[in-house]
Amino acid sequence: MKLRDMTELAVRNLREAILRNSLTTLGVAVGVASLVAMLSLGVGLQQLASSRLAKSGLFDSIFVTPKTNLRGPGAGPPATRAAAPKARPLDEAARVEITKLPNVIEVYPQIRFFTEVRFDGKPFATMVAGMPESSKQSGAFDGMQGAFFSSPNADEAILQIEFAKELNPQTAQLIGKELVLRYAERQSLPSETGGGAQNSGGFSVVPKEKHLRIVGVVETEPASGFGGFGSGRLLIPLPVAETLRAAQVNDLRDVLRDTSSDKPAYASLTVRVKSPSLVDATEGKIKQLGFGAFSLLDASKSMRIFFSVFDLLLGIFGSLALAVATLGIINTLVMAILERRREIGVLKALGAADSDVKQLFFVEAGVMGLAGGVFGVFFGWLIGQALTLGTNIYLKRQDLPGVEISAVPWWLIVGAIGFALLVSLTAGLYPASRAAKLNPVDALRYE
Amino acid sequence: MPPSTTATGLPALQIDHVSRHYSMGESSIRAVDDVSLVVPAGEFLALLGSSGSGKSTLLNLMAGLDRPTAGSIVSGGRNLAELSPLELARYRRNTVGMVFQSFNLLPRMTLEENVELPLRLAEVERGERAARVQEALERVRLAKRTGHRPSELSGGEQQRTAIARALVNRPKILFADEPTGNLDSATGEAILTLLREIQSTMDMTIVMVTHERHLAERFADRLATMGDGKLLSTAATEAHASTQVTTQATTGAGQ
Ligand SMILES: Nc1ncnc2c1ncn2[C@@H]1O[C@H](COP(=O)(O)OP(=O)(O)OP(=O)(O)O)[C@@H](O)[C@H]1O
Ligand SMILES: [Mg+2]
Repeated sequence: MKLRDMTELAVRNLREAILRNSLTTLGVAVGVASLVAMLSLGVGLQQLASSRLAKSGLFDSIFVTPKTNLRGPGAGPPATRAAAPKARPLDEAARVEITKLPNVIEVYPQIRFFTEVRFDGKPFATMVAGMPESSKQSGAFDGMQGAFFSSPNADEAILQIEFAKELNPQTAQLIGKELVLRYAERQSLPSETGGGAQNSGGFSVVPKEKHLRIVGVVETEPASGFGGFGSGRLLIPLPVAETLRAAQVNDLRDVLRDTSSDKPAYASLTVRVKSPSLVDATEGKIKQLGFGAFSLLDASKSMRIFFSVFDLLLGIFGSLALAVATLGIINTLVMAILERRREIGVLKALGAADSDVKQLFFVEAGVMGLAGGVFGVFFGWLIGQALTLGTNIYLKRQDLPGVEISAVPWWLIVGAIGFALLVSLTAGLYPASRAAKLNPVDALRYE
Repeated sequence: MPPSTTATGLPALQIDHVSRHYSMGESSIRAVDDVSLVVPAGEFLALLGSSGSGKSTLLNLMAGLDRPTAGSIVSGGRNLAELSPLELARYRRNTVGMVFQSFNLLPRMTLEENVELPLRLAEVERGERAARVQEALERVRLAKRTGHRPSELSGGEQQRTAIARALVNRPKILFADEPTGNLDSATGEAILTLLREIQSTMDMTIVMVTHERHLAERFADRLATMGDGKLLSTAATEAHASTQVTTQATTGAGQ
């Protein structure tokens, strides 16, 4: 028999015992729904966790230092230092070169310094951190009061909530106000005239002031990312921080280094790549360029392993309901054989081969599985949405930002429907072969 | 000789020392016991005998629904006993039509759909099916109410539908197991008249099991009587004799 005829007959048969078959299909749907709900929860939590970690910048970042810096100036005997002549300064040229590597989104120095801030005429001491433009997309500023910097070069500041509270407990009132940043600027000393070509590399520190407008207050700690030692409590655009050329703590080392003081070298650079999976390759390329590099990729690997196990466990629990549904399919089809003995006998008398009868039952099982799978995915998605809704209502009461704890990616939809189909076909295996083996003479004998 | 034969002159069925035994624990039941019989092409054969004499068992063997314990049944040059299950299914589908005492229409399908069923099994093109179904229904004179389900029709109408279903694949042999058993005598006669007509107009071989000797004598060409699994006797009927005398009479009986 052709598949189309087979399907027509199967659907007709299913329609005839509509209540029983609907209940069986519902059983499959419930099984699939529980599987989908469990897995969507697993996937959702995993996405939530990894996006949180991605926002922290821990797993898509590479921390780059000059090679000599790792050893530390003067740490080894002079012979050792001389043996590493290839050690390159981590200067602007190096930054441009690293930026040009494939898959690199951004390369920025860690700029943070401790300084004094004046607000309302009163002095406050705080740590200032430069924020790269990309941090806006990282999600760390989601749910902040006010807004992100209007441009990468704006003379604007975002306060971290604890610091903001020091300035004014009503943090919302701070937005739009101005504060003054007092900092020290490094200025190279003019070369001693007539002292030859040798540059001494010395510089003086000049006190300066910068007026900044407060544009936002943020609750999280966006500057606590990888390579961030200590947290920034006053955040300013990174290019602004760079132009301040503040005398960072790290820059003290530069004093001892044999570099042209006009061309500042970075103590370290943070390299952001497109995804954590690209960290390894990029890290290798940076090392080839002659810099030190390291990342926290291993931690993300173990997180992925954890979630695989987590998903597996959820999947097993979800599958239990589907296993019960499988028994339902077997039961329904075996019942159908008993009920349709005569019909099977007639079909065989009219010339149906064993394989035709087998396929007919198979298609019936498949249709129930397919329908159950489709409805199940929908129900599972609903359950996930309900869980997310419930969680978010709870979080809202706690004044916390909402989260998406359940996710139904396309592979889960396709996989769940495919799995339901596979399971139902397997369930149809025994009834179908039993129906096919039915002796037509016996089946037709009695009324 | 029979009223007509195929071009090759071969009989429709050649049954040679066929037995069908059922083992019931220690003992064995000989439902069909060493039966030899030739059914010429185009013959209307009636199988008679008391209840349990093995008529249905023999009919099922000839129709390829069952396999003999011993002996051979040759149809169209092939021994049914040696066919694979699939080949046997094809034989039932293409060479054989079956009609039962209890009609055996599928209750959930309309008459048309019931008649279409063998065409589905034989994978006949969809475009061709409606015409074939119509043709078969016209042959049994059922043109109206074909969209109804079997339960909405009389027994006679149901049996006509069953005959149309048996004919729709244009088989060579029609097997009928007590086709009038569930019908009143007038309706039964009408059905037998129809079978007789089909036999002559379609050049069909018909093997029919029946309890009603007087009807068999009027409509069949030959009577085969069974007893206790054995073939007791075969005898030509007067109806056969009349066809021998004048073919006109056959057509007359068919109306
Ligand atoms: N599957 C079976 N197992 C055991 N015995 C069987 C089986 N099928 C048929 N028989 C026996 O074989 C014998 C012949 O049965 P069959 O149905 O052919 O008789 P019949 O002539 O058609 O009778 P009836 O006129 O009542 O239909 C009976 O004694 C029956 O009990
Ligand atoms: Mg019988």
